[in-house]
Amino acid sequence: MESVQQDREALLAALEAGKILLENGAEIFRVEETIYRICGHFGLKSASAFVLSNGIFLTCGDGGEAQFAKVLLIPVNRTNLGRVAEVNQLSRQIEHGDYTVEQIRQELERIQHMPEFPEWVQILVAGFSGACFSYLFGGSWQDALCTVGIGILLYWYLQNIGKPHFSKIVCNIVGSAWVTFLSILCWRLQLGNHLESMLIGGIIIMVPGVAFTNAIRDMADGDYISGSVRMLDAMLVFFCIAMGVGFMMAIYNGVMGGVLL
Amino acid sequence: MIHMALQVLAAFGGTVGFSLLFGVPVRYYPYCGLIGGIGWLVYLLLMPGTSASVATFCATVVVILLSRWFAVRKRCPATLFLISGIFPLVPGAGIYWAAYYTVSNQLSMALETGFGAVKGAVAIVLGIVFVFEMPERWFHGRRKKRWEGF
Repeated sequence: MESVQQDREALLAALEAGKILLENGAEIFRVEETIYRICGHFGLKSASAFVLSNGIFLTCGDGGEAQFAKVLLIPVNRTNLGRVAEVNQLSRQIEHGDYTVEQIRQELERIQHMPEFPEWVQILVAGFSGACFSYLFGGSWQDALCTVGIGILLYWYLQNIGKPHFSKIVCNIVGSAWVTFLSILCWRLQLGNHLESMLIGGIIIMVPGVAFTNAIRDMADGDYISGSVRMLDAMLVFFCIAMGVGFMMAIYNGVMGGVLL
Repeated sequence: MIHMALQVLAAFGGTVGFSLLFGVPVRYYPYCGLIGGIGWLVYLLLMPGTSASVATFCATVVVILLSRWFAVRKRCPATLFLISGIFPLVPGAGIYWAAYYTVSNQLSMALETGFGAVKGAVAIVLGIVFVFEMPERWFHGRRKKRWEGF
């Protein structure tokens, strides 16, 4: 009876590790590999994991091992690749070292509560990145300075209004409309002189790079279901961004008359 | 020349900024920035001679080769370097122009730029798929100890 309990604990720890990986933007094969690695360390040969982009199904049990089944639904979280790296590191250490279930659980707990940068730093950095990309796409230094402000206001919107209150579709359409509005404003006030570079510098902050890259890697690994879900997610966001830009420009054209640029 | 250096510097800065937003550990920032900068440099150097999609493909291949190389050296998932490093190559401009031409009723231009954005995305897809097919051991050099599965 003692060992059944222990197996259960080990499986739960493996599930927890998989959950942290999946919600922070890891690929499907990495999640499966980590679960099998932790199960293997505790001698659970019959464990079988089925991982989707938003859920993990883990079962165990044959003639010799206890029956176990658990389904875990994982909401989409914001990406934190640092946690992915830490869990990956941990799973390698488990393979090479001597870890008890309790130690693993403590480590996972620590990883889950790893400190992030405070929100104001993230907002400032978003502005800075936007400025860099605006320069990259042909802007002048005035455009880059404007994009600092646009990026800061966009990221503030995303964190405080868009993500907590709106659905993903509305959040992205309103976000890119907001960027377009601010860029047109800067352009009309002659603070910046290239509308398109200010605008691109702003919307690049919303571009779904993680979903897009992971989608490709999942499909290349043969995880078609998760890959296509993530690809659909990325395409939807791309499309929403384009719609937001188009929407705001149509309004501008309607109000001011004539075409931009 | 100075313009190019400044552009590469901007790619470096933008990539490091995105690494922070994605929670990459601070000790990897220089590598992320380096990868983004080199990727953009490749794109800039190839751009006059070839089309945008060929340049994007080559730059993606370089970005992912470097990501995998650093991943093996630093013993962490390649995703850490690759996601922010690929950002300068993502066809953000294509989305904008497609939306702009659609709204201003220049539909043939809208199709052209939209299709250009799709070609850029496909170039990135091909680059990622090809480089991740390469066997792990190519990235290990002559060291004895091997860490599989990055």
